[in-house]
Amino acid sequence: MAQADASMELDNRSGGSVEKMVTADGLPLKTSLRRAERRSKLFAFALVAPLLGFLLIVFIFPMAQMMWRSVDNPQIINTLPRTVEALEAWNPSAEELPPEEAYAALNADLAEGLERDRGAIGRLQGRLNNDVSGARAAVRSVAGQAGDRSEPFKDKFIEANALWGEPAIWRVIQREGRPLTASRYLRALDREYAPDGSIQMRDEGQRTYVALFMRTFALSATILGLTFLLGFPISYYMATLPMRYANLLMIFVLLPFWTSLLVRTSAWIVLLQQQGVINSTLVGLGIIGDDQRLSMVYNMTGTIVAMTHILLPFMVLPLYSVMRGIPPSYMRAAKGLGAKPWTAFRRVYFPQPLPGVAAGGVLVFIISIGYYITPALVGGQSGRMISNEIARHIQGDNPGLGAAIATLLLVCVMILYWVYNRLVGADNLKLG
Amino acid sequence: MSQRLLKVIGAGSAVSLIAMSAAQAQDISLTVVSWGGAYTESQVRAYHEPWMEMNPDWEIINDDGSANALAGLRSQSEAGNVTWDLVDMLPSDAQLACEEGIIMPIDHDEMLADGEDGTPPSEDFLEGSLGECFIPQIIYSTVVTYNSEMFEEGNYPETIEDFFDTENFPGRRAIQNRPAVNMEWALYADGVDPEEIYDVLATPEGQDRAFAKLDTIKDDLVFWEEGAQSPQLLADQEVSFATGYNGRIFDAAEVEGQPFEIIWDGQVVEFDGWVVPADGENVDEVMEYLYWATDTQRLADQASYISYGPARHSSQDLVGQHADLGIDMAEHMPTHPDNYFAPIELNNEFWTDWRDELAERFNNWM
Repeated sequence: MAQADASMELDNRSGGSVEKMVTADGLPLKTSLRRAERRSKLFAFALVAPLLGFLLIVFIFPMAQMMWRSVDNPQIINTLPRTVEALEAWNPSAEELPPEEAYAALNADLAEGLERDRGAIGRLQGRLNNDVSGARAAVRSVAGQAGDRSEPFKDKFIEANALWGEPAIWRVIQREGRPLTASRYLRALDREYAPDGSIQMRDEGQRTYVALFMRTFALSATILGLTFLLGFPISYYMATLPMRYANLLMIFVLLPFWTSLLVRTSAWIVLLQQQGVINSTLVGLGIIGDDQRLSMVYNMTGTIVAMTHILLPFMVLPLYSVMRGIPPSYMRAAKGLGAKPWTAFRRVYFPQPLPGVAAGGVLVFIISIGYYITPALVGGQSGRMISNEIARHIQGDNPGLGAAIATLLLVCVMILYWVYNRLVGADNLKLG
Repeated sequence: MSQRLLKVIGAGSAVSLIAMSAAQAQDISLTVVSWGGAYTESQVRAYHEPWMEMNPDWEIINDDGSANALAGLRSQSEAGNVTWDLVDMLPSDAQLACEEGIIMPIDHDEMLADGEDGTPPSEDFLEGSLGECFIPQIIYSTVVTYNSEMFEEGNYPETIEDFFDTENFPGRRAIQNRPAVNMEWALYADGVDPEEIYDVLATPEGQDRAFAKLDTIKDDLVFWEEGAQSPQLLADQEVSFATGYNGRIFDAAEVEGQPFEIIWDGQVVEFDGWVVPADGENVDEVMEYLYWATDTQRLADQASYISYGPARHSSQDLVGQHADLGIDMAEHMPTHPDNYFAPIELNNEFWTDWRDELAERFNNWM
C-alpha cells in the first residue's frame, strides 16, 4: 500500500516549523491515506454488495410494497373522478341520498371507464365490495348500459339495483375517493367509520382481528414457555455430558430439524387424532372409554404441541452452546463455599446461560408469531393464528386488508423487540 | 489429443447444439393450472396425454395452483409476466377475473367446436354454464357423505335434515371452513325451499337464521380446508359425516374401497372450467388445444376417470365406463336423474357479492 513507506521530513533548522508530511511519492500523507482508505472501503462494499442487493430485492422491496399496498387506494378516485367531485358538497351523515348530479356524474364516469379500460371497472367493483356487500352487483347492474342511459339517472339507478337507493354506498365512494386510505387499518383493528365519519367499533359478530392478535401472542408465549421448560434440562444435560454422548443426543435434537416440516406436522396428526396412536393406546389400556377419546388435534392443543416440537431446536441450540462454555468448576466452587445445591444452581449457574435463553426466546417467539403452515394443518379453528388470516386475505378479494394486518404484525414485533432491548439489551443476546 | 480430433469434436458439438436449439424452437410448451389430485389426473388422461401422443412436439406441464388461481392471475398480470397458459377455475372467480380484464373474453361459437350432432356451443353447453370468459368443462357437486361403518345398519341418514340431526345421528361432522354451501344447507335443513335459498340468504334475518341452524351442530363440527382432507377425515373415522366434492368421494369409495355413502339430497351443484389468461405467450396454441379438448368426445372421456358430469348436452350419452374399474359412470354423475332430485344450484353472483362479509362472519362464528 502507498502509505506504507510514509516518511516524515522535518526541517528543524528553519525555526522549528513543521513541514507537511508526505509519502515517498511526494503526495501529502493525508490525501494518500484517504485514497487508500477509499479503496479498501470500496473493496469492503463490493464484498457485501451481493448480500445488500439480495436483501434489497427479496426483503426490503417486497416489504415496502406490502406496506404501500395496505394504504394504496387508486380504484375509486381514478375511475370515478367526476362522482367524487359531485359528492363533495353532500352531507354523508344526513339520511338523504345525493342529488341527481351525483348519479349523472357516476353514469358519465362509468361510461367513460367502460370505454377506456374495462378492467378498471372490475377493480372498482371489487374495491367497493370490500366495504359494502352487494356493491359489485350494484355497479355491474348499471355499468353495462351507462353509455346509452339518459335522465333521470337517479330513478333508473335505483330501479336497476336497490343499493343505489341507500346512502351507505355513496358514503364509501365519498370517503374512499382518495388516493390513500386508512380504512384497512381500521378494519384490521376491528373498527369502522360511522356514517358521520367518526370511528367506532364494528358489530360484535364482526370483530375478528384484535382477538386473533391476542391469541397469536398468547400462543407464541405459551410455546416459548414450553420450549424453555423442555429445552433447558436437555441442554444442561448435554452440556454436562462428555462430547461423545452429547453429540449423539444432539443428533436426536437435530434429526426432526432435518425432516420436512409437512412430514413432521402430518406425523403429529397421526399421533394425536381421535383414532390416532395416543387415543387408541389410552382406550386399549382402559384409561379412557371409547366415547371419551380426547380432542388433541384440529384445535389449539394441536397447534401448541406441533409448534413446540418444531421450534424446540431453536431454543436448544443457543442454550447448549452457551452452557458448554460455562466451566463446571463454578458450581463446585459454590458448593465448596457452602451453598446448597439449589442455591448454587439458582445464584451461580442460572444467571450464566441467560443470554442463551434470551437468544433462544427471541428466536422462538418471533418465529412462532408469524407461523403459518402448522396452524393451518393442525390448528382447526381455535388454533388459528393471525398469519392464516393474512394468507386468506392476500389470496382472496381484499389483499389490502391482508397487507394492513401484516404491517401491524410487523409493527408489533418491532415494538416487542424494542421493549426486549430496553429490558434485556440486544447486546446480551448470545447464540454461542 | 490431436489438433484434428479437437476440431472434429468442436464442430460436432456446434452442430448438435444448433440442432438442439432448432428442435426446441419447434416445441410448444403449455403450463396448465388445475386442482391437483384425482382431478388433474383425469384431465391428464382424458386430454393432455392423448393430445401429446397426437402432437409429439407439444408438452403440457401441470401446475396445481387452482385453489389460488385468482390471486395468481392477478399478481402475474400486475407483474406483467404471465406464465400460465390455461387455468382451471370456478365460474365465480372467472367472472371476477373477466371483469378485471386479466383473462380473455371467449366467443364460444367462434372459438369452440360444435357438438357432435352439429349444435353450436352456445346451445350445446348446459344452460347457464357459459361465462363471458369461461369455458365450462364439468358439472360437479358438493355433497354430504357418511361412513357407513359408523352407523347401525338400517339407520342410515338420508337427508340434509339428518345431517343436522345430532340426536338420531350422533357423531362429528366435517364441513369446509367457508360459508358457501354450508349456509345453503343450514337454510335447506331449516325448511327453506331450494329455489328460495338465496333470496332468504340475502337478508340479515336469513343470515341469522342460517347461523342459528349451524349453531345446533356447532359442538360436533370439524373444519376442513382442502378438498383432499374430507375423505381422509372420513376414512380415519375422525368424523361420521363429511361434506366434500363428489368426485373425490367417488374416488375414495370406488377406487380405494372406502365404506362411504353419498347423500344426494340437497347436493350443491356448480360448474368448473377453463379460462385463458390475457397476454399469455401461447394464446393461439392454447385455443387450438381447447378447441379439441372441449369437444363432445373429450368431455365425455373425462367422465371415464372421475365422476364429474360433462358440461355439454351432446356428451351425456357418450359417458361410458370407468377406465380402470369398468363400472358404469352414468349413475355416479351428479346430474343422473336418481341423484338430481333436490339439487341446490350454487348462485355465483350471490357469493361474489357476499363472500367478503359472510366469510368474515363465518370465521368469527367458527
